[in-house]
Amino acid sequence: MSVQAPSVTPAPVPDASARSGGLARHRNAVAGYAFLAPFLLFYGVFLLYPFALGLWMSLHDWEIVGDFREYIGFMNYVELWDDPYFWEALKRTLQFAAMTAPAATLLGLVLALALQKPLRIYAALRAVFFASNIFSVTVVTLVWAMVLNPDRGLIANGLRAVGLQPIAFLADKDWAMPALMVTSLWWTAGLPMALFLAGLQQIPPEVYEAARLDKASRWAVLRHITLPALARTTLLVVVLQTVMHLQVFGQPLLMTRGGPANSTRPLVQLIYETSFRDWRSGYASAISTVLFVLMFGVALLQFRLSRQEGE
Amino acid sequence: MADVLLRDVRKQYGSQAVIHGVSLELRHREFIVFVGPSGCGKSTLLRMIAGLEQVSDGEISIGGRRVNDTPAGDRGIAMVFQNYALYPHMTAADNMAFGLRNIGTPRAEIDERVATAAKTLQIEHLLNRRPAQMSGGQRQRIAIGRAIVRRPDVFLFDEPLSNLDAALRVQMRVELVQLHQRLEATSIYVTHDQVEAMTMADRIVVFRDGRIEQVGTPLEVYRSPANTFVAGFIGAPKMNLIEARVVAVSPGQVEVALPGGRAVLAADGRALAAGASVTFGVRPEHVRPTSGEGIFRGQARAIERLGRETLLHVVGADGATLIATDAGDSAVRLGDTVTLAIEPGHGRLFGADGMALPSTAASAA
Repeated sequence: MSVQAPSVTPAPVPDASARSGGLARHRNAVAGYAFLAPFLLFYGVFLLYPFALGLWMSLHDWEIVGDFREYIGFMNYVELWDDPYFWEALKRTLQFAAMTAPAATLLGLVLALALQKPLRIYAALRAVFFASNIFSVTVVTLVWAMVLNPDRGLIANGLRAVGLQPIAFLADKDWAMPALMVTSLWWTAGLPMALFLAGLQQIPPEVYEAARLDKASRWAVLRHITLPALARTTLLVVVLQTVMHLQVFGQPLLMTRGGPANSTRPLVQLIYETSFRDWRSGYASAISTVLFVLMFGVALLQFRLSRQEGE
Repeated sequence: MADVLLRDVRKQYGSQAVIHGVSLELRHREFIVFVGPSGCGKSTLLRMIAGLEQVSDGEISIGGRRVNDTPAGDRGIAMVFQNYALYPHMTAADNMAFGLRNIGTPRAEIDERVATAAKTLQIEHLLNRRPAQMSGGQRQRIAIGRAIVRRPDVFLFDEPLSNLDAALRVQMRVELVQLHQRLEATSIYVTHDQVEAMTMADRIVVFRDGRIEQVGTPLEVYRSPANTFVAGFIGAPKMNLIEARVVAVSPGQVEVALPGGRAVLAADGRALAAGASVTFGVRPEHVRPTSGEGIFRGQARAIERLGRETLLHVVGADGATLIATDAGDSAVRLGDTVTLAIEPGHGRLFGADGMALPSTAASAA
């Protein structure tokens, strides 16, 4: 009832101002969209359109070359359900992401904690650890292929030096996946480290001083002050890493070609081979859609968790 | 017993010296206020006492024990920070209990101490809240509670009220003093607010550029400032300081010429010769407009009506300004020409080096 009370005596002045306010709002909106336009154009052409096209393709028997396109509804998805190669690749992908993302997060955290001191040597080390991040996958895999080489590799030489037999990591069914994970960790741990360093800088130094006065041990400080303060950063890092490692491709393609015996073939490699080797772009698009749903789910989870944290 | 003793304490950052040999004796249960302008080194000295900054040279002892190399947590001190420095992910109760848990205090005792402190500070209803769910004043109470539960020998306060609004600051000022009286501890309180210093301290230590300018009770520092810096820093409005010339020196008395008249002051002027330049200082409450003979004549350029009294800013022909006090219903209007007189027995002389001449009267300024 009280809401209606003011409307009993409508004044002409607010009315006029509302009209001019509406005009101003309209003008603002035009300017706003004008500023957004370049991005929207880019977003539409390079993201929305390919995404929609991918979905559309997944409903077709679609050859990459030529113009054979036949609408087949959800047949590609039905085929996926019975495709052992797809399930194997999905399993490998999930395995890889589930191991690598937490490990990269932990490694990034440990590096950040160890290198956050304000001395020059630590700044240099931070740069070194971040540097691997900017190499292309070709360089990284080349370096690690050499390190892991069973004849002349660094690890092989090390094993020989202590009287052990060298291991052909990339040719061994049990070792190939862990070898790819280590390579990926070395390549990608720089970004989590940088994010954690940024997170650490947000913690006011007085809180640590208060902890010193409170006689807190290093472990107590880590557990009760540093880690809780990094909760949001950790969540962000885990999600970014998971989404990134779900898309693993270059490392297995260049180091193991998905082998031995398909033990390292991830979804993206399967998509690549299905589309560009087997010419079945429709089917490859269906696999892509599944991968998208997977990553979208992870991102959604982060969104919900961080909102809960905010409340 | 927790006397705090500073002996020639120095602090250097590289080649930059920020504390230049401070010596001070703080008595058990005393409330000492370090006051001075920003960057004078008062907070640095407090942090050195706390153990948060290394001592470059000299000695700090607490309760007769040299603590230069003692970790902050083992000095028997507790500190309240300007921005509270509460642990953001802990409840108020956990914030207060954290230090006790770290030293393995039995749970029942922790609960009892937290409950007692909460009752003292009237924060029982806040115990389950996190810092983000509290106002600035409430956070400051939790921070004080965190200090109390540890039952330290020495409380250190680093500008604890400067983030609070004016009304709350006045209230907390009173509460902190009452709290200090209840607790058997020495308190060292850093502020740049001279009103806080005057109202809270047993003794004030005035700092400038890493040196002590004066140590004394609030009234000593107010009535007998050691130099022109202290005279200008303590008191609001600050002490009037105007140029004067020595006319005659007799035992125990100095006669000076002021812009609009002469004044005889009870001061030891043996070091002065007739004609010497000095600075004459007098508190605004001892300067009044008069219809008769005065020492200063000028135009009222600003008038501050405070209700109980009126402050007149009177500018002389040579540009010198004197602040005078008149009755609350002062008839003086802006632009009026006013003659000012000094109440007998007040006024203080400072030599060319800015240092006060020893007073020969029972009370000065």
